[in-house]
Amino acid sequence: MSYRLGVDVGGTFTDLFLIDESSGAAVTAKVPSTPEDPSVGVLNGIAKVCRENNIAPGAVSHVMHGTTVATNAVLTGEGARVGLVVSRGYRQILHLARSWVPGGLGAWILFNKSRPMAPLKWTVEAQERIGADGEVVQPLDTESLRRELAVFGAAGVEAITVALFNAYTNGSHERLVRDIIQREFPHIAVSISSETVPELQEYERTITTVANSFVKPVVSRYIRNLQASLERQMGAVKLNILRSDGGLASADMAAEYPVNLLMSGPAGGVSGAVWIARQAGFEDIITFDMGGTSTDVALVQQGLAQVRRETTVGDVCVRASSVDVRTVGAGGGSIAHVPQLTKALRVGPKSAGAVPGPAAYNKGGELPTVTDANVALGYLPASARLGGDMQISREAACAAVQQIADAMGLPLMDAAEGIVRIVNENMFGALRLVSIEQGYDPRDFALMAFGGAGPLHANAVGKLLGSWPVIVPRGPGVLCASGDATTRVRDEASRTYIKLFAAIDSAELHSLLDELHQRAAATLDADGIARSEQQVSYQFDVRYAGQALEISVDFTLQELDSGGLAAIADKFDQLHEQFYTFKLDADKEIVNIRAIVEGKAAVVNASELERLPGDASRAVYAEENIYVNGSQSVAKIYDRGKLCSGDRIAGAAIVTEMDSTTLILPDHAGEIDRIGNILIRPVE
Amino acid sequence: MAAQIIESGTQAFNAVDVDPITLDLIENGLVNAREQMDAILFRTAMSPIIREQRDGFPVLTDREGRLHAGQFGSPVQGFLSLYDGSVEDGDVFLTSDPYACDGAVSHVNDWLVCMPVFYRGRVVNWSAMFGHQTDIGGKTPASMPVDSTDYYQEGIIIPPVKIISRGELQEDLLKLILHNCRIPEWNGADFNAIVAACRTGRNRCIEMCERFGVDVFTSALDSLLQRNHASMKKLIRDTVPEEKVHFEDYICDDALGMGPYRIACDMWREGDRMIFDFSGTDPQSIGCVNFLLSEQMFKMFCAQFMINMFDPDVLLNDGFFPLMEVRIPEGSLLKPIKPAALNGRTHAMGRIFDIISGLFGKSNPDYLCAAGFSSSPHFMFSGYDSGNKWFLLMQIGFGGVPGKPFGDGLDGHSLWPKFKNIPNEFLEAYFPIRVDRFESIADSGGAGLHRGGNGVRLEYCCLVAGTVSIHDDRWFTHPWGVKGGRPGARSSKVLVRADGSREVLAAKKDGIAVQPGDRIIFDTWGGGGWGDPLQRDLAAVQYDLESGLLTEAGAREYGVVVDEQLQIDKPATEKLRASMAAERGECELFDFGGDVQQLRQRCQEETGLPAPRPPRFAEIGLAKLGLTPEHAFTQTNRSKR
Repeated sequence: MSYRLGVDVGGTFTDLFLIDESSGAAVTAKVPSTPEDPSVGVLNGIAKVCRENNIAPGAVSHVMHGTTVATNAVLTGEGARVGLVVSRGYRQILHLARSWVPGGLGAWILFNKSRPMAPLKWTVEAQERIGADGEVVQPLDTESLRRELAVFGAAGVEAITVALFNAYTNGSHERLVRDIIQREFPHIAVSISSETVPELQEYERTITTVANSFVKPVVSRYIRNLQASLERQMGAVKLNILRSDGGLASADMAAEYPVNLLMSGPAGGVSGAVWIARQAGFEDIITFDMGGTSTDVALVQQGLAQVRRETTVGDVCVRASSVDVRTVGAGGGSIAHVPQLTKALRVGPKSAGAVPGPAAYNKGGELPTVTDANVALGYLPASARLGGDMQISREAACAAVQQIADAMGLPLMDAAEGIVRIVNENMFGALRLVSIEQGYDPRDFALMAFGGAGPLHANAVGKLLGSWPVIVPRGPGVLCASGDATTRVRDEASRTYIKLFAAIDSAELHSLLDELHQRAAATLDADGIARSEQQVSYQFDVRYAGQALEISVDFTLQELDSGGLAAIADKFDQLHEQFYTFKLDADKEIVNIRAIVEGKAAVVNASELERLPGDASRAVYAEENIYVNGSQSVAKIYDRGKLCSGDRIAGAAIVTEMDSTTLILPDHAGEIDRIGNILIRPVE
Repeated sequence: MAAQIIESGTQAFNAVDVDPITLDLIENGLVNAREQMDAILFRTAMSPIIREQRDGFPVLTDREGRLHAGQFGSPVQGFLSLYDGSVEDGDVFLTSDPYACDGAVSHVNDWLVCMPVFYRGRVVNWSAMFGHQTDIGGKTPASMPVDSTDYYQEGIIIPPVKIISRGELQEDLLKLILHNCRIPEWNGADFNAIVAACRTGRNRCIEMCERFGVDVFTSALDSLLQRNHASMKKLIRDTVPEEKVHFEDYICDDALGMGPYRIACDMWREGDRMIFDFSGTDPQSIGCVNFLLSEQMFKMFCAQFMINMFDPDVLLNDGFFPLMEVRIPEGSLLKPIKPAALNGRTHAMGRIFDIISGLFGKSNPDYLCAAGFSSSPHFMFSGYDSGNKWFLLMQIGFGGVPGKPFGDGLDGHSLWPKFKNIPNEFLEAYFPIRVDRFESIADSGGAGLHRGGNGVRLEYCCLVAGTVSIHDDRWFTHPWGVKGGRPGARSSKVLVRADGSREVLAAKKDGIAVQPGDRIIFDTWGGGGWGDPLQRDLAAVQYDLESGLLTEAGAREYGVVVDEQLQIDKPATEKLRASMAAERGECELFDFGGDVQQLRQRCQEETGLPAPRPPRFAEIGLAKLGLTPEHAFTQTNRSKR
């Protein structure tokens, strides 16, 4: 018997999702998180899920884990103290970036930029220069470098990045600098840009490498600690970490290149949503993961999420593949305000965060947040304990929202409903980004809501989008854990190979592709995945010579062998025409080549919910006065744990469970499906 | 003269009610279509100026040519009123003549493509875009000769022509045009890219007609105009005073040794309407610094500024246009008579933003921003590379963003939307040049409570012999500070020969012959400071010091004293700040760094260049404005602004 285990560590709970590999059956467990050392919670959870299901911990062969450790380090700025070595004349490379001010004409008026990830005071210039052709223009002055490096020692930097100009053509100076650093500071991790992302464009290469250094110590510490803890309890076990692109990486690769994990958490959510939606019979969904300070949305068509060749976290954008998740900085903690001049009601972008948090939590917050509006309106009843121990004060929430009511000259409840409607509109905007703006009609998609605040707003947002049903799966944590456990092991290897099609030597190309295949496959080999279980595919980044951006063309070796490069050129022309409405009679060139190797997908079935006689009223435990659409009404409150397959809940209703609360609006009804999802649809 | 639109369809558009969500969907669909147009342009263009720096701007309008998505005003109405010919389904129009499209493009390098969107035989929209072509022939590479005296010297001028007629590309016409350009493959690819982008805009519009129904779609366009009209009306009423505010600023010189040129504007409100009156602006120049200011574009600039300042959630379209009136005297620098030269218009165009900033700031001092990086300095380098292939590099530089009520100005960033710098590795990979230094210049941002952004220093090393051209400004007048904030540092260009000799270069100059190993040190200017520097947070000063963005000498401007380790000496600082505050007294609203007279006197000493002579204006401009040549002296000898 062998088992694979998905683990998601949330702020409050650690969720586990255990799959019996022979039968595909899955069971879940939930335990409190242990923020001081998350591995403690993970081990507690493993003990619990094994005990409850009579499984020996040693029978678990693989642990799959999506983590937000890297993401949080970037968002909070609490990563390593990174020192940076750049070429002469480029000290301010991260500070100047691409000179770009986001937004439209005049957006500079409001734009304030965050400080560089590697502070300027810990950025030193190496006296050296490589030319664009890879030739050494100025040899490295090792003496002056050693002197400059002293600043790292004094500052106590924890990681050092070397990103020299033109290093993508010749990494020898970077390696020399690394050698010197390692001699001076043997215990400090060094990343060099020619190994992390050997691509042209100095800013992009530098920020990607710096981001890698920034999160590396905290991520590798986390992964090593978790691995050691797992091995103590379970013996030999493979730990895999979910990458931003939705594939799984070995623990070692994840620790070495954590820049690939920046979207690991959201990728887990999307993967889980895909899996649950498929179990429920939906292939086309939009995911809506609304948390306290931000909301992640993604579009999934035919069970596949789009992958982009960049990753954006906060205002940091790096060259690493990721699932196309768009994040907006609005959530339950977003603060409502009324600008004096226009007297318009605005929500966000400021957030109360966890501290001081919404006024309703009585933790010192006084400003009105979205959560306060929800509490004032009765949508988030005091009986919803938010993880069991958080007290909610409707009085404090009302006092906070009253500030908005006063500023606008509105009754309290109308102000509260206004806040909720505005934030719903903002959510709608984010969802448009991935649907309407990409040419998709949201009415062709179901909306899958999760995250702490998602199920509270999902019905209203579904109404705006016209996306039905709104699917609220059981427990948002389990969703991510199931995503971690049900995706495939994946690795890719790529290299820059700038060549005109006409100049490509077929034998050389084949040997390079084979080399990349072997490199990527080695990771899977190490994971014990037999070659027969591995699937390999290839990708060329192709462009018309002279263009800025490439199109990735996917192909298999068979396609290349039968059709030759001409087949790839045709495919590129077709894609170019599809994306851009025209093709050119111009030379094509390859820019990067890549091999992608994936393991087999696991076959997993969600556990089914019991069908019990009677109706949903068995789960009703209270009633609440709520204010919706400008009038008072009474909503029944249901305990989600007591709902059964086939139950139907008429709105207005509130469904509570340990870590989330679902609001079903009047004129809508929720139906509990086979596996426990609430499917909300309008009542005809 | 007006275009004749030939429509095969006869069905009228019916006004219908549109629910608010559909309205939002359509509004968003238009914004989205515009973004897709951008994406396609940047991905498929070949010239670095478009593909890397993003100098191209899309527009979607309704059937009347009223703008619904875009930032620089609609070119379509000007085109429709001036084009003499038919418009049919499948036609695509091309022009580069600013005088033939009411200033929708402002120099001959910008190629404007307009495409009608037909749905069931009727025009429902226009999709249009212009992009800056690196070279269009003429007497200098990059086609911006600083000494031109009419626009015929600035390259091939394309009148409004049907470049694609009912789907058929007029190949001979395109061949003729491309034959006049120095790098025809760039022009050809960029033209294709612009047409492709316009087609995408067109397709998105047709999809919306299909999806919502043409009546809903066209009615929604009308509702969107009304919605914008209503929100801007409120914004104007709330923020614009009825009493006149006056503001003026300068272009430093005209490349012919004369300057500065004054741009002046009065702004006031009458009921719901805003009036902008540019009377008092200097007559047109005999040189290249004229700027044919499109009234539409100016309205759009103002409205963008207002919403960014007061309510960034408002989405703009043409709906508010009737609420603004722009009066620009014919024959002035901003409405020159054809064929006045236009290629140096970037300076006046940029300076318009400082004017807008000054006008709105004066009427709402809480929202006053300092002067900023109001121009696009150009660096051009051409010649034969080591493979004897002719090359032309053109690059737009950035500088210090102004200090503003909401924080410091950014160092070395673009004031223009979308613009990015060209990666220096890209430059080195494709051109025989090395960029040995790319950094912001310490102390160049004006001191302030919120300091101005630092200007940028780019140090180019030429690897082959060739020719360099420069277009720049703000070397003579200062980027002004406000509310106690100090002016930012001015721009400068120095040529350092391989033998070490140095030469200060004029701000606008062609034909600078360089040899391998020669260096150009190109310094752009800093943003003005905002608010009292003596009140600046010491932690912010300390950060700038440690980061190398401010020096010990620069810290003195803030009344800050530091030790050898650049750590702030707090007691000494408190003392210095107190004495500086007492000495200085009340802060003025604006700090221009001296009047024109004073700037002239100090010019040679401070900049290494002689002061510009008072301008001799173009006769035709003086005549149109009813002024005498003596005007020059009365205008530029003002002692105080």
